[in-house]
Amino acid sequence: MVTRQPEPLRARLRLPFLVDQEKPMAEFLAYLIAGLATGAIYALAAIGFTLVWQTSQTINFAQGEFVMLPAILVLASAQFLGLPMAMAVLVGIVAFILLFGFGFKKVIVDPMIRHGVLPLAIATMALSIVMKEGAKDGFSAEAQRFPSFLPAETITFAGISISLQHVAIIVVACLAILGLQWFVTGTRLGRQMQATAQNPNVALILGIPVAQMVMLTFLINAGLAALASVLISPIYLAKFSNGEVIGLFAFIAAIVGGFNQVRGALAGGLIVGVIDSLAAAYISTSYRLAVPLVLLVVIILVKPEGLFGRPEERRV
Amino acid sequence: MRLSILATLAAAALSAAPVAAQEKVKLINVIELSGAGATAGTNFKNGVDLAVADINAKGGILGRQIEIVHYDTQTNPGNTRAAVQRAIDEGTYAVLGPVFSGPIGASMQISQRAEVAQIVGGEAAGFTRQGNPYIFRTSLSQAAAMPKIAAYMKNSLKANSVAVVWVNNDFGKGGRDQILPELEKLGIKVAVDVATEQGQADFAADAIKVKNANADAVFVYLNEEESARFLRAAKQQGVNKPMVGETTLLGAKVIELAGDAANGAKGHVGLSVDAPVPAFQEFGKKFQAKFNYASDHNGLKGYMAVYMVKWGTEKQKKFDKKGLADTLRGATIKPSEEPGILIETTIEANGDLDRISFLAEVKDGKQVITETLPKLKP
Repeated sequence: MVTRQPEPLRARLRLPFLVDQEKPMAEFLAYLIAGLATGAIYALAAIGFTLVWQTSQTINFAQGEFVMLPAILVLASAQFLGLPMAMAVLVGIVAFILLFGFGFKKVIVDPMIRHGVLPLAIATMALSIVMKEGAKDGFSAEAQRFPSFLPAETITFAGISISLQHVAIIVVACLAILGLQWFVTGTRLGRQMQATAQNPNVALILGIPVAQMVMLTFLINAGLAALASVLISPIYLAKFSNGEVIGLFAFIAAIVGGFNQVRGALAGGLIVGVIDSLAAAYISTSYRLAVPLVLLVVIILVKPEGLFGRPEERRV
Repeated sequence: MRLSILATLAAAALSAAPVAAQEKVKLINVIELSGAGATAGTNFKNGVDLAVADINAKGGILGRQIEIVHYDTQTNPGNTRAAVQRAIDEGTYAVLGPVFSGPIGASMQISQRAEVAQIVGGEAAGFTRQGNPYIFRTSLSQAAAMPKIAAYMKNSLKANSVAVVWVNNDFGKGGRDQILPELEKLGIKVAVDVATEQGQADFAADAIKVKNANADAVFVYLNEEESARFLRAAKQQGVNKPMVGETTLLGAKVIELAGDAANGAKGHVGLSVDAPVPAFQEFGKKFQAKFNYASDHNGLKGYMAVYMVKWGTEKQKKFDKKGLADTLRGATIKPSEEPGILIETTIEANGDLDRISFLAEVKDGKQVITETLPKLKP
């Protein structure tokens, strides 16, 4: 029997500038757009890491599950309550924001933060397991189809096939992030939120309602996670285990971009998404997870505060 | 007097105990109910449950009711080994499952050592080539299916080049290793050979690779959820070449998950509730009524697995674990003898099956059978 060996690594390491390929630049740009779309989702999730870090100086290890669960709640609303999909989206997202924005802060963050950031971080690990297993046992262990609210067509521009769904994801996610950036830096409420994140004690002295600002941060985090969920679930399908990959890549994105900057999370997400896509295309699908991890190690060694982060010192 | 009453009661209890134990026969299904194989495993489990309910309603096997237990392997080979060992320790009459080929390969030595038949849903060619006389399939192996697919691509689709997309697990590697020589024999060039990972969520890069390869057809050999994700990604990237697959690609769950992107997918199916076999269609209706969704091929596999046990037991007229495997090996089970087998099935000496199969296409979100192919050894 004739057996064919897998493509040798040299053959798989085809770089876009090599002349022996047909339309290498068009292919490269297609990978780039696909990577930016995935990266935009990672950015939305990565911002959650930065928001929680800024307000409670801890890492929410359930952030991936925060992106997984809204889609499950939407489908559950449609299935169990018999709601039409548009209404189910509304109910699922509102329920998620109440449960995992308001509820997360009141039930987990507030009681645990008094005992230090480590117990809180461990509590978020437990929360991630509860969310994942709850989605599996309470809804389904199988992947579920999730409707897309974005155009599914492909257009050809300058010889490049472009998925409108990918473009729409990039636009929607970037608008959401830029809107958040404007809100934080350009509005009175946002500046109060920023002041609370920078120094809650001084903010309190200045008359800023710190507790409300912290709550607002958690609600925004839940809202962004819900948006990411609605954008990514039509592609990944809604499944209880989706949070594992998204959480890991968003965590890497937050570190790469800078844990204490929203714009860092945006840049980190896009960089990680593009690297992931190019690694899958030009190296190997098997090693695609390893490449962003290598980037993570390099950033930690060379610029530990992240590409756009600012160094922080802490008195202990 | 009191002593004699107690003695009588004790004697009655002792004599009743074996009778109670004999009323049931225990079958343990070691199956993927979570993890990457959840879709396949859940269908297999539901098929098993349907068969058990049918058989028990008609008096069981040789008068004994079946007691069915399902253990979730989480699609993990280590867990599968532990579950098979547990099934053997708990005295299962035969081991049912799993479906994924990797976990089958990792666990089948345990049932072999215990001389207990293991009836599985896997399709990878390798595990029936290891001389294990206790392993039995419920579907055609890749070795039987791939020549049919290659011939279909050459003769019906007139494909001279094919993009091959496969999942990097035992199932996918086995399929790829079977299809490549068949393509080569027919002079079909492999335009691009794309390996993907089990559980992979993002297929955009793979779809772009396939699109740029500009092959005449795309052979997709992935598990259920990954098949659906790939089809959606391919549609997103504007891949407009025929998608060809083997059973999984055309399965009900893939069609449900992929939506419009599944339309036009073609290929070979070993088992299908849409096949022009009245017993399959009847099974499909019962399954739909009980579980409120359409069964894929794995539901049929689970159903037939239990009926293989029933037929083998009734054939040997006793509950002998080793004898069950001996009876099944080399047997041809006809629906006239055992209607639950649904379709004439020949079990070869190594546990492979031979039976008719089908060519199909997805049209308007439904699998449509276009041709029935004969048994390899009619």
